[in-house]
Amino acid sequence: MAKDALMDFDEALERYEPVLGFEVHVELNTETKMFSAAANPAHERNHGAAPNTLVAPVDMGLPGSLPVVNEQAVRYSISLGLALGCEIASSSRFARKNYFYPDLGKNYQISQYDEPIAFEGQVEVELEDGTRFEIPIERAHMEEDAGKLTHMGGATGRIQGAEYSLVDYNRAGVPLVEIVTKPIYGAEHRAPELAAAYVRAIRDIVIGLGISEARMERGNLRCDANVSIRPRAAAGEPAAPLGTRTETKNVNSMRSVERAVRYEIQRQAAILAAGGTITQETRHWHEDTGRTSPGRPKSDADDYRYFPEPDLLPVAPSVELIESLRAALPEPPAVRRRRLKESWGFADIDFQGVVNAGLLNEVEATVAAGAAPAAARKWWMSEISRVANAEGVDAASLVSPASVAALQQLVDAGTLTDKLARQVLEGVIAGEGTPQEVVDARGLAVVSDDGALIAAIDEALAAQPDVLAKIRDGKVQAAGAVIGAVMKAMRGQADAARVRELVLERAAQ
Amino acid sequence: MSDITRLTAADLAARLAAGELSSVEATRAHLERIAAVDGDVHAFLHVSDHALDVAADIDRRRAAGEQLGALAGVPLAIKDVLVTTDMPSTSGSKILEGFISPYDATVVARSRAAGLVPLGKTNMDEFAMGSSTEYSAYGPTHNPWDLERIPGGSGGGSAAAVAAFEAPLALGSDTGGSIRQPAHVTGTVGMKPTYGAVSRYGAIALASSLDQVGPVSRTVLDSALLHDVIGGHDPNDATSLEDPWPSFAAAAREGATGEVLKGLKVGVIRELPDTGFQPGVAASFRASLALLEAHGAEIVEISAPHFEYGVAAYYLILPAEASSNLAKFDSVRFGLRVDVPGGTVEDVMARSREVGFGDEVKRRIILGTYALSAGYYDAYYGSAQKVRTLIQRDFDDAFAQVDVIATPSAPTTAFRLGEKVDDPIQMYLNDVTTIPVNLAGVPGISIPSGLAEEDGLPVGIQFVAPARHDARLYRVGAALEALLVDEWGGPLLDRAPRLGGNL
Repeated sequence: MAKDALMDFDEALERYEPVLGFEVHVELNTETKMFSAAANPAHERNHGAAPNTLVAPVDMGLPGSLPVVNEQAVRYSISLGLALGCEIASSSRFARKNYFYPDLGKNYQISQYDEPIAFEGQVEVELEDGTRFEIPIERAHMEEDAGKLTHMGGATGRIQGAEYSLVDYNRAGVPLVEIVTKPIYGAEHRAPELAAAYVRAIRDIVIGLGISEARMERGNLRCDANVSIRPRAAAGEPAAPLGTRTETKNVNSMRSVERAVRYEIQRQAAILAAGGTITQETRHWHEDTGRTSPGRPKSDADDYRYFPEPDLLPVAPSVELIESLRAALPEPPAVRRRRLKESWGFADIDFQGVVNAGLLNEVEATVAAGAAPAAARKWWMSEISRVANAEGVDAASLVSPASVAALQQLVDAGTLTDKLARQVLEGVIAGEGTPQEVVDARGLAVVSDDGALIAAIDEALAAQPDVLAKIRDGKVQAAGAVIGAVMKAMRGQADAARVRELVLERAAQ
Repeated sequence: MSDITRLTAADLAARLAAGELSSVEATRAHLERIAAVDGDVHAFLHVSDHALDVAADIDRRRAAGEQLGALAGVPLAIKDVLVTTDMPSTSGSKILEGFISPYDATVVARSRAAGLVPLGKTNMDEFAMGSSTEYSAYGPTHNPWDLERIPGGSGGGSAAAVAAFEAPLALGSDTGGSIRQPAHVTGTVGMKPTYGAVSRYGAIALASSLDQVGPVSRTVLDSALLHDVIGGHDPNDATSLEDPWPSFAAAAREGATGEVLKGLKVGVIRELPDTGFQPGVAASFRASLALLEAHGAEIVEISAPHFEYGVAAYYLILPAEASSNLAKFDSVRFGLRVDVPGGTVEDVMARSREVGFGDEVKRRIILGTYALSAGYYDAYYGSAQKVRTLIQRDFDDAFAQVDVIATPSAPTTAFRLGEKVDDPIQMYLNDVTTIPVNLAGVPGISIPSGLAEEDGLPVGIQFVAPARHDARLYRVGAALEALLVDEWGGPLLDRAPRLGGNL
């Protein structure tokens, strides 16, 4: 792959204005597929199914098979449209998008074309520093996913050079909603960051609605990023027409979206500055090299010969259905964030830290389970995040919010010191049970039996007569040595403050 | 010929129910008839090797006292466009040679559940594209009235099977006349139900917005009995109507009394002058109208000004939908695969389609692909859909004045094999009166109306009713049928030449 020339990002922004647009595909986690009764691999329960085990005749395009619209997918799509602030069409139609490709059983994709189910909305997006953008939404439409090709025998795993290809039709017919934005102006040097924040906002919305597993690494959420740039107009001049755009596909993490947008701005700027022109094309993002490359154009990509799908009736949801789904919408993520921040009384930086770490749900659930907000934040952002980073896993996967709240309650009750609590957490993460069970099993509770403490103190004092003399002389700080010995004898399971009190008491006798 | 094969399905069913005849006997008689005459007729592409087992099972169940459906034990021929799990389904194409479906078409499943005994799969024009079965990849079917003539199409196999007494009943499919035009040229009955009245699930799609499965038989009552079995809502077909339906058999029996004709308003289309039809076809049509009038019906001239654009609109809508429906035959998952050494998957797809599809199929795929192309869509597909709407309005206006519309079922009697095979336009024009019915989604039935004087070949009359009024067609059809059979002194098919030598 030839290496593209890139212009320095700041210089590119000085000379050109970036304009963005996104197409995000969301795989819905319905029970069954968009047009068949086959189980849906995009539902958590069916993840990782063996190839070609989740297929019905229509997914294979078998002769005589017919599609039937999944009503749950329609409800999910309406909910998503409403959460995107869209109008819901009183009647919308499916069309056939005709093209030959072996992963497409019927050799046409059923997709909404000129009549999407949802249109004209907006999404509030928040950058890491809390800056807000309104992203205008053009439409959200329903369609079906295609199957998956695995190219065998070639060195690269790509179709070029492959000896043969295997097709898995499990994914064929998975319900998708494609969310298309209008052109996004004004992002300027924050364009790459905004791209990632937009995808995160969509992810938060679909997770909040519970309509998608939303795992980018599994392809539940996929983003195509459209980027164009245009020369900046001099003061008083009209804006230049929009530049030619490229569409970067295959971007499957938020960080990649950010990098891909940055790359395209720099690449396009270098071309324009050198007097070249941008080719309108699909480009592929390469995670390993951090670059984009031109996609191989499909043989008949120019003309999909769309026409209304004659096997399906228009989707005409009743006003009652739309309104009941509207009434059931969860709080929008942006609104929720503002509410939680206020209710928890966090400083901007502390709250944003939780948001950026993706631990808002966990902290909220921990607070709901009885922990003080500050304590909940402390556990998730420090100890749990530390372990998660060390092990390279999701913090949320390590421990339940209920366990964290229970742990904090043991601390609040004086049963555990902070240090002991961290050991208990370690046990909980290791799967040894609830915090209380770990405390019991490991015998980690603070020893609050004064008798046991006094015995240990008397022993320590007897062993260190010089220290005892100093304490009696009023040199109270000398007690530290005895306290240390006692804590060691108690294997840390004592409240140091209480030990200190008792040491002074016994020394005085 | 055995008497059993001359029985109507209704009579056969009555004898089966009365224990006078077993399903095994009935099935064996038809299999023997197929063995005797199908070498000449070629109505079947495949004959079931286990029909007798199925029949024996029905007999056992009947003997055990099980309550069985009205047609239980009656043999049935199935057009090859309908997929079956126990016999190949080719839709008359090489590209599906030997293809066995993993599931049964809904109408097949319902027929099996009702105890009908599938005899085999019947010949058809490839993917139901044609009016003569000459476009079948497996050779043409011959008209039992004259083996040198076409049996109509695309469902010539089903019509010929019934006309040659190889089966009392058959399933067909009708996209522009493929049930009714073969009925017309073979002296049989064929019904195209209201669009959505019978499930399309498992019918290999030609043009989805026009296709409709329906019954083929020798009498109106037999078609009604089969329609009762196969009709009704199917959740696997999104265009299937959820309406409750009356008993069509009851409608046919009621119609046979002739009461329905009193005051019945029968519309005749002004824009279809007799001059467009073979004299014997026009004469037979006029005679049927006179008979209806004599028994109390009122003949009303109506206008359907857009009928004449029907064929043109149809030959844009059908190829457009077909070009998309036939894209799935790409050799990747099933069907014929022609390998191209060193070629890409696109090369293999292209080569397989080139070898697997016949000329007429290719012609229509090219036509449809063109009609849907960017820049042409509005002029072709878009305009055709507008014509379709206008034809629907013509029907709406007409049915505000009349109860049914009558037309000749086709312009000519059976033409000779080879006569039109190289002239697609002439072939297409054969469906001039049946096509508007599909475009409007309304039901139409063809029943025998007599023989043309000039060639002695059968002629049919078509009745058309408003959508969802299929029962009316069985009433009116049975009424006219009763009058005609009375006039003829027996079924029209009694006048067909005897086939199969000494049988």
